[in-house]
Amino acid sequence: MAGHLPTTEFDDIPDELLDELESLSHERTEGHVNMVQLLDEEGRFHNGSHFSEHARSLSGEELRGLYREMAMIRRFDVEATALQRQGQLALWVPMRGQEAAQIGSGRATQPQDYIFPTYREHGVALTRGVELGELLRIFRGVSNGGWDPTETNFHLYTLVLAAQVPHAVGYAMALQRDAARAAAGGRDAGEPGAVVAYFGDGASSEGDVHESMVFAASFKAPVVFFCQNNQWAISVPAQVQSRIPLHNRAKGYGFPGLRVDGNDVLAVRAVTEWALERARSGKGPVLIEAYTYRQGAHTTADDPTKYRLSEEEQEWLAKDPVTRFEKFLRAEGHADDAFFADVAAEGDALAAKSRKDVLAFEPPNLAEAMGNVYAEWHPLVAEELAWHLEYESGFKDAEEANTSEGGH
Amino acid sequence: MPTMTLAKAINAGLRDALAADEMVLLMGEDIGSLGGVYRVTEGLKAEFGEDRVVDSPLAESGIVGTSIGLSLRGYRPVDEIQFDGFVFPAFNQITTQLAKLHARSAGRLTVPVTIRIPYGGGIGSVEHHSESPEALFAHTAGLRIITPSNPHDGYWMTRRAIESDDPVIVFEPKRRYWLKGEVDTTDPGASTDPFRAHVVREGTDATVVAYGPLVPVALAAAEAATEDGHSVEVIDLRSLSPIDFDTITASVEKTGRLVVAHEAPTFGGLGGEIASRVSERAFLSLEAPVIRVGGFHMPYPVAKIEGQYLPDIDRILEALDRAFAY
Repeated sequence: MAGHLPTTEFDDIPDELLDELESLSHERTEGHVNMVQLLDEEGRFHNGSHFSEHARSLSGEELRGLYREMAMIRRFDVEATALQRQGQLALWVPMRGQEAAQIGSGRATQPQDYIFPTYREHGVALTRGVELGELLRIFRGVSNGGWDPTETNFHLYTLVLAAQVPHAVGYAMALQRDAARAAAGGRDAGEPGAVVAYFGDGASSEGDVHESMVFAASFKAPVVFFCQNNQWAISVPAQVQSRIPLHNRAKGYGFPGLRVDGNDVLAVRAVTEWALERARSGKGPVLIEAYTYRQGAHTTADDPTKYRLSEEEQEWLAKDPVTRFEKFLRAEGHADDAFFADVAAEGDALAAKSRKDVLAFEPPNLAEAMGNVYAEWHPLVAEELAWHLEYESGFKDAEEANTSEGGH
Repeated sequence: MPTMTLAKAINAGLRDALAADEMVLLMGEDIGSLGGVYRVTEGLKAEFGEDRVVDSPLAESGIVGTSIGLSLRGYRPVDEIQFDGFVFPAFNQITTQLAKLHARSAGRLTVPVTIRIPYGGGIGSVEHHSESPEALFAHTAGLRIITPSNPHDGYWMTRRAIESDDPVIVFEPKRRYWLKGEVDTTDPGASTDPFRAHVVREGTDATVVAYGPLVPVALAAAEAATEDGHSVEVIDLRSLSPIDFDTITASVEKTGRLVVAHEAPTFGGLGGEIASRVSERAFLSLEAPVIRVGGFHMPYPVAKIEGQYLPDIDRILEALDRAFAY
């Protein structure tokens, strides 16, 4: 397989990478920073950029699908927040405001791609076909995961900030090796895949993001770093994490980085598809900074009124990704009232089903959890498990005794 | 049966693992052309190529973190951490991610990553190059931790660690890298299970449990104890997680006395865990309290005084004297 993987010698002149980046035309300047935007805040489509052609190639069905998923995940998010307020979930991590960033990027992935989320990528989970109720197991306290990542290529949520980012790079290095082994063995490697590593503006300060970008650049790993800059790391503004727009950091590692309007689902989808295709074709990583806003709290345990102004929140509400896209669909004649009513009803049904699922979760089982600590037999676990079962069975005898006494 | 050093035996184990399974790959700092700072991976890059013997960027969290990703796709990465004191940038990845992924995925995912860490003192080195941090990892459920004391175990523990579907940390006693011994690469014999302790010297009056670099010291102490008429049994613990308490208990039931020796500080160390378990399992067999010999509660000292810090033959004999005083 030697020779099939990219060498760690520089076979790209960094200037070329920078030229490639500069050649991407930017439609919009936000705070003196270029940003890829196709739909403005009023939902008007702007042609003529590198990415507009891609967006224009989407069918009406695909466009409506993007709206449908954004609306569905927003409705789900409302329901999950309500479930927390009603005491049915210990915690919820709202994603309201980030629907375009998540649905747009998730829809850009192919089935063979692999996704490493943080703990807020509920929208991406939807695009990957994860049963949404499963996401709630974590927050109900019945599981640390709930879904099988190998079924959807959507990894478990990771709560330690940025810890999943090097996993993503390693997975991308595995894809390179899979392809090289297939080529060496004369086998069909199948469709090339790539990996998406999600993280936020807060996690961008973690050392694991730095190390990941070094590894990805050195080995030209097929990974897209997708940073949702939602402006706030709990209570600390993004400016504390970085004095320059985050996407600029890519230059220092030697791969392209760009900012996309994270509230423009068409731009996010187009940019992510470009980055993924670039990665799949062996050109290495890209950093996408999706410039968006967390409309709600960091988690339900948080109170944004303590650290940010309602004026700022109002400004961002005017850039809302879902209403913006609705305006576009209506203006372009892709959807009518009946469509939006159907989607709303479908969202209500999803919310009702998710609520039903949550309330029906089986309670977790400590013995089962003990059995999952190791893949292979472990004497200490076996000893403690036996003790636990015997101890618990003592209570069972007592309960049975109480029950039979109560029968008199 | 060939005779080789511990370093060469581990090298042979790595080579045979690479040859046996194309999913095995090595990753670490300077492990390629240089062959690692202790030359444990010498010649392997030339034989298996740079894609399977990967000179990584100088970033321990990145090494372990990317190895987790590789393992999720079926690969079996073997990471070299250059020195014991340099593992801590990867501590988060090892304890919050690697150790827990099988459990948090309800058993759906396996992460068969092996982490090799040269550890321990006695080589006159500079700060952070002589430490014994094994208890910090043994305290974390989900990890398996083994340590060879001789070349034959060095070979087979390397093979078994890589074959395991669980993450395994192999603590390699760096001052024993040049220790020679016979290695049978075709028959593991008693070394087939890396998680069992071995009685390496039979005795009747007291038991000394040691592991890794202190096994030869414990054997020498047992030999010296014969001059006082004491018959001392020596156990090579081999596995630090899980710990083979059955073998220790059986020995203590016979001898009635137990000394546990490790280079790591005694406070919060594995000696305390062994003492506690033995007192629970064999209290009535004990003629004396379990006595620990280990490092002091201080940062590993500078090289010129490490001899006063490291347990040696006399320190073990002194502990045996205390045990025999009861």
